[in-house]
Amino acid sequence: MSLSPEQVQKIAHLARLELKPEQEGAYARQLSDILEMVGALARADTERIAPMAHPLDMVQRLRADVVTDPVGAEGRAAFQAIAPAVQDGLYLVPKVIE
Amino acid sequence: MSAGTRGPGAGSGEALHRLSIRQLAEGLRARRFSSRELAQHFLQRIEAHDKTLNSFVTVTAERALAQAAAADARLAQGAGGPLTGIPIAQKDIFCTQGVKTSCGSRMLDSYVAPYDATIVRKLHAEAGAVMLGKCNMDEFAMGSSNETSWYGPVRNPWDLERVPGGSSGGSVAAVAAGLAPAATATDTGGSIRQPAALTGLTGIKPTYGRVSRYGMVAFASSLDQAGVVAHSAEDAAYVLQAMAGFDPLDSTSVDRPVDDYCAALDRPIEGLRIGLPKEYFAEGLDPACRAAIETAIGQFERLGARICEIRLPHAPLSVPTYYVVAPAEASSNLARYDGVRYGHRADGARTLEELYKKSRGEGFGAEVQRRIMIGTYVLSHGYYDAYYLKAQKVRRLIYDDFKRAFETVDLVVGPTAQNVAFKLGDKLDDPVAMYLNDIYTIAANLAGIPALSIPCGFVNGLPVGLQLMGNFFDEARLLNAAHQYQLATDWHLRRPHGFE
Repeated sequence: MSLSPEQVQKIAHLARLELKPEQEGAYARQLSDILEMVGALARADTERIAPMAHPLDMVQRLRADVVTDPVGAEGRAAFQAIAPAVQDGLYLVPKVIE
Repeated sequence: MSAGTRGPGAGSGEALHRLSIRQLAEGLRARRFSSRELAQHFLQRIEAHDKTLNSFVTVTAERALAQAAAADARLAQGAGGPLTGIPIAQKDIFCTQGVKTSCGSRMLDSYVAPYDATIVRKLHAEAGAVMLGKCNMDEFAMGSSNETSWYGPVRNPWDLERVPGGSSGGSVAAVAAGLAPAATATDTGGSIRQPAALTGLTGIKPTYGRVSRYGMVAFASSLDQAGVVAHSAEDAAYVLQAMAGFDPLDSTSVDRPVDDYCAALDRPIEGLRIGLPKEYFAEGLDPACRAAIETAIGQFERLGARICEIRLPHAPLSVPTYYVVAPAEASSNLARYDGVRYGHRADGARTLEELYKKSRGEGFGAEVQRRIMIGTYVLSHGYYDAYYLKAQKVRRLIYDDFKRAFETVDLVVGPTAQNVAFKLGDKLDDPVAMYLNDIYTIAANLAGIPALSIPCGFVNGLPVGLQLMGNFFDEARLLNAAHQYQLATDWHLRRPHGFE
């Protein structure tokens, strides 16, 4: 499995990563190496084997449907204090709708 | 030495960093030294040695002294537990309210969590341990050499030209050099055990679900587990005892009583059945490391353990399975870094998409970007079945191998790594070569079982690690076996030259 620089750019777009043009070649080579290594999986016989998503045989725990906020009433202020740009309790981003 | 004037910490030259946690706790109770003196001693060692090692991202001297003062007050009242007043270091992956949590990434260089991770609360607020600082690590715990950190590589105290292993490279370097008695760490594919092996330490990755992941920056959520690195199994038992347990804030935390790890240490291991998987001694294992491992296995036999050959036929597929499952989960977990709510935000983006792309392009280093892209690829339309679903099926085969093995043995033994620590820069441009560092450790994460690494010898002056893997929730037995081995050997007492 060998990826072209164009395929790498497409994957980067899906992952919302901006790559510098000079990174493309190295990434194409390295990602191809990794995919070649994981290609060994194809040889394993997995007929009738159920996929395993998780090591523990457990079901999702449920809790009472009540508000819990470990940070407390000051939660919004505490969380927004670490945001790059906020105003009036809102997160600022570049204009989304013209 | 400590700045105080009383007790052996200050005057007689007793090296406080050579004492075990039990000895430190006894010394505190006997008033031979105070927690404040202990904290000062280790802070001074950090000051003296960490410019060389780079094992800390943040040193929290003020907080340490305040916590030590509180511990001294508790001890003076005859209160507190075995960790009260004992300094430890935290891997910089655990959220600490009011102290930066970088996860080794430029993305989180300015991130100060508004809350504490559960294990931070348990260790400090509840058990009374003193936090010395936050340890360097591979970026987002992705790496096996601690060279992917935004804060630069960590050096191995046994040879400063070599890596300490990763991703918990800062945690192990700090403990191996005597800058902290113990440190927290995390293990997604070997990030506790491989660095412990490369620095001559004892490191335990508990059963998945045994220690809360709340407040631990996520990498691969079905594999991540927090644990400890320390000099001995006994030290590790004390710290793990305080960390383990059910946490309603972690949806995969297991509601089950925690065994008494310390009480189990002294049991004889007569009759313990230890399985030797052929697959762990195949091509690739350095012959000198192999010899050290085999000598250690002989020691277990002399202690009364029964060694028998077992098969883990799918073990060779661990690395390929992991490099589908872990990147897939990472690509999903790391989607949260958007430059909007917290973390790095790029300047000059004109659209929201550009903001995401630029912030993530600048904020993540190369290894993290590689894994996000592999994960994105194996989850994308047309490849999901061939890679992701296939890997999940092989994961089941690996799990079944262990289930079968534990029907006939109590523990599984093998090497932790193929070789001793390698030189800085040696594997940096070859991700696949780097990934093979975890060839013996990954299976335990895929299966979810507990495993530990203990020092078992030296090759060319560099430590070799022996790995023991146990059945689900059998941490007590693992620590017990490791402790019995350490009562009969002294590898865990060796210290690197220049850091004695």
